[in-house]
Amino acid sequence: MSEDWRNGGFGLYIHWPFCEAKCPYCDFNSHVSRNIVHQDWLACYRRELARVARETPGRILNSIYFGGGTPSLMLPSTVGAIIAEAVGYWTPANDIEITLEANPGSIEAQKFSDFRSAGVNRVSMGMQAMNDVDLRRLGRIHTVAEAEAALAIAQKNFDRVSFDLIYARQNQSLSDWEDELNLALTFGTDHLSLYQLTIESGTAFGDRYMAGKLKGLPKDDLSADMYDLTQEVCNAHGLPRYEVSNHARPGLESRHNLIYWNYGDYIGLGPGAHGRVTLDGQKYATETYRNPAEWLSKVKGGSGEKPRESLPSKDQANEYLMMGLRVKEGIDLDRIEALGGETLSVPARNHLKELGMIEEIGSRLVVTKQGFNVLNAIISELAY
Amino acid sequence: MALDRCRVPIHITAMTDLAHIRNFSIVAHIDHGKSTLADRLIQSTNTVSAREMKEQLLDAMDIERERGITIKANTVRIEYIADNGELYVLNLIDTPGHVDFAYEVSRSMRAVEGSLLVVDSTQGVEAQTLANVYQAIDADHEIVPVLNKIDLPASEPDRVREQIEDVIGIDASEAMLVSAKSGIGIHETLEAIVHRLPAPTGDRDAPLKAMLVDSWYDPYLGVVVLVRIMDGVMKKNERVRFMQNGTVHQIDRIGVFRPAMQNVDELGPGEIGFITASIKQVRDTKVGDTITHEKKGAEKPLPGFKPSIPVVFCGLFPVDSAEFEDLRDAIEKLALNDASFSYEMETSAALGFGFRCGFLGLLHLEVVRDRLEREYDIELITTAPSVVYHVFMKDGTMQELHNPADMPDLTYVDHVEEPRIKATIMVPDDYLGDVLKLCQDRRGIQQELTYAGSRPLVVYDLPLNEVVFDFYDRLKSVTKGYASFDYQMIGYRQDNLVKMQILVNDEPVDALSMMVHRDRAEARGRAMCEKLKELIPRHMFKIPIQAAIGGKVIARETLSAMRKDVTAKCYGGDATRKKKLLEKQKAGKKKMRQFGKVDIPQEAFISALKMDG
Repeated sequence: MSEDWRNGGFGLYIHWPFCEAKCPYCDFNSHVSRNIVHQDWLACYRRELARVARETPGRILNSIYFGGGTPSLMLPSTVGAIIAEAVGYWTPANDIEITLEANPGSIEAQKFSDFRSAGVNRVSMGMQAMNDVDLRRLGRIHTVAEAEAALAIAQKNFDRVSFDLIYARQNQSLSDWEDELNLALTFGTDHLSLYQLTIESGTAFGDRYMAGKLKGLPKDDLSADMYDLTQEVCNAHGLPRYEVSNHARPGLESRHNLIYWNYGDYIGLGPGAHGRVTLDGQKYATETYRNPAEWLSKVKGGSGEKPRESLPSKDQANEYLMMGLRVKEGIDLDRIEALGGETLSVPARNHLKELGMIEEIGSRLVVTKQGFNVLNAIISELAY
Repeated sequence: MALDRCRVPIHITAMTDLAHIRNFSIVAHIDHGKSTLADRLIQSTNTVSAREMKEQLLDAMDIERERGITIKANTVRIEYIADNGELYVLNLIDTPGHVDFAYEVSRSMRAVEGSLLVVDSTQGVEAQTLANVYQAIDADHEIVPVLNKIDLPASEPDRVREQIEDVIGIDASEAMLVSAKSGIGIHETLEAIVHRLPAPTGDRDAPLKAMLVDSWYDPYLGVVVLVRIMDGVMKKNERVRFMQNGTVHQIDRIGVFRPAMQNVDELGPGEIGFITASIKQVRDTKVGDTITHEKKGAEKPLPGFKPSIPVVFCGLFPVDSAEFEDLRDAIEKLALNDASFSYEMETSAALGFGFRCGFLGLLHLEVVRDRLEREYDIELITTAPSVVYHVFMKDGTMQELHNPADMPDLTYVDHVEEPRIKATIMVPDDYLGDVLKLCQDRRGIQQELTYAGSRPLVVYDLPLNEVVFDFYDRLKSVTKGYASFDYQMIGYRQDNLVKMQILVNDEPVDALSMMVHRDRAEARGRAMCEKLKELIPRHMFKIPIQAAIGGKVIARETLSAMRKDVTAKCYGGDATRKKKLLEKQKAGKKKMRQFGKVDIPQEAFISALKMDG
């Protein structure tokens, strides 16, 4: 696919579905298990790699991302074998980014140098909060002290380190968050993911929220103020927003995640992983079996992937819209109109421009600073 | 109930002589046991076998059974061998109990000679009982009081007997003591019907005069006409003239209700039964019309009834505008069977194509709306109910205004009159103050405040427009359900009435226009704006919501712009899920109506008008 570079790139996502403990806000496909047969898992990842590689020969691999779950619980040898296999199947880009999500605990930190040797060149750490009370409330098993130590080890081993924080937490004030964010910025990482706490249904938080037992969540106005403050503070520290919740020193953005947001192609392997792959000019949505045991047995039977669906053109346009408007470069109008088969609603664009929510710069449509706060409303107004 | 399942061995006697016929209705308040008593009378005379007995046999429609109310008049012929050994034919016309259908009550009353007045002996007389019993008295009925539920511990037959005498003014010393549920006093009641109610009169040899009591559409038989023969004899295959309508039909079926339809050869004076005559539409049969023979018919018709007139109007629009044609079909079908319901096409800038429909009252409106939604599966937006105003123009003409959106320009209007009602409310002492306040708040003028036994009885002159919307709900809530309420129209009166418009984001929303009294416009406008502010979701921009009379804004609220609506996390695995969310949002938007740039949820069109105070 020679056009990958023009359409967002090509990446590989590997899902490791296990965690030490399940966090109450998490709606990802993660499981707690004490009986993981690592050899078995590696064998299955390899079978899957071979299967998808046969369908996508000759492509340039921009990124590999190990997500989860808690992929820092994987054996470094497993990670290394997957990387070696992948760069054998596809041509790695010169600047290939290989990211591993890591829990900031002491056990994991001991493995960082082995992960580096295995080929990982970037870690993304789930710090989540900078005080122990809130960490416990979020169900995290690490402490701030442990996390700071783990972060220091990570920074020693990897050129590129990012960490996540969750804010707009229960009973958090605007100044609490300001202090916390300023503290986070003292660690000097070049990338930060700063998420407002979202209550998802099907999580422990979701159940508590529905039962009216999750108190002290910020009202709309406070969460808007927190979001605005986040932009100010990060800009002042040279880490501007390049996506709704992601900040980086220019040039050090997550290349893998940019593939999603620029609506490139990505292969998803491992239980419950999603992919978007263009084959013979048609874009497909792929999804693997979610349950770890079921996935293993399906892979052994030939393929871990569920029946594949081709994406209708309007769906592709809407997906590009939803993903692309999240980044500061926005979307390419020619591309979305080619996907959608018609002009992106002119009345809606004019209305949003009048309101100062979007701008059109050349053939790109971008969301303004004001627009980022209400992006969902913008997307639903523009959608095909 | 299907005809072929009616297995009761009865022999349809040839014409019954007048002395052995009794025609009666039952007057009662909802829940006082009218239907149960009717069921018991039918059952105890073996009119229907036990196997076929369904609770509340006469209430055929689902909605009637669910709400425990009767909407259309239903009829049953009961054959009863009295203690004197003689066979009597007892014709019961079961009448609607609700005020909306008062007109149906009055015409049913005209077809019979007596009434059972059923009063719950644990509750006493209610306002609705009063209204209906006065109709029976107006129709010169002999009335037999029946005290029901006497087997309950809370039963107070002496107190209720006294109350009937005090409030209604009829002798209750020989009231029947009954428990319809347990079957107590049923035999005695049947005897009382035979001995205390008068037999009908009529001349078998005179020219045919049959009163058209009711009619409805049956998908297999066409229009079924309920008749009461006053004079003469009516037979199958005869050609008859509907005198008021001027149409002639050939009777193709003649029979009685037991309560299933059963054919007979003929119907004579005093009898009640049905005919079918290949009539296609209920509208072709005017209730109250006189039916006579085409040849050698009666010269003068029976005194006619006033036609029933819709008093409450509202717009019905499909939620999904693509369902307009389905709605048209459904409304047309429904109208086939309900001549009291009127409709005409309406277009609204807000709601698109729909119908402006007229109803006898709020319950009638609800029943029709329920049936459209349930039987025809069409989701509806109902606009605020409005009454019919008389708008007198400066050129001396008068226009009937069914829709506030159509109010003519004020410069051409001389004055406006609105319909008023006489409302009768009975309420326990504890809630009297709240009820008086409610009536005052609704521009009521107190006419009477007396005591019916130990309970206050309040009579108010009220504007109908203050009642149609949520008066009954408010009354129920301030009295915890202990008040009973009834009303009748008393005519039109001039008042200082103006059209209030609602502007959302500076655009008038026609479906929210309403007529209000000038003195109350500010308060009402403020309440509307506040309510709409809650009902309309925040948009990306701030939205002024205003109430205005003519060009003058009298109330204003501002819905502030949404500040934050953005998904925090969205990665490769989320595309599918978020896309589904987007589709759901779009489907939700379909259920809103766009006003300029503002989406207004459909429930806003009704909820905005509900007043909390």
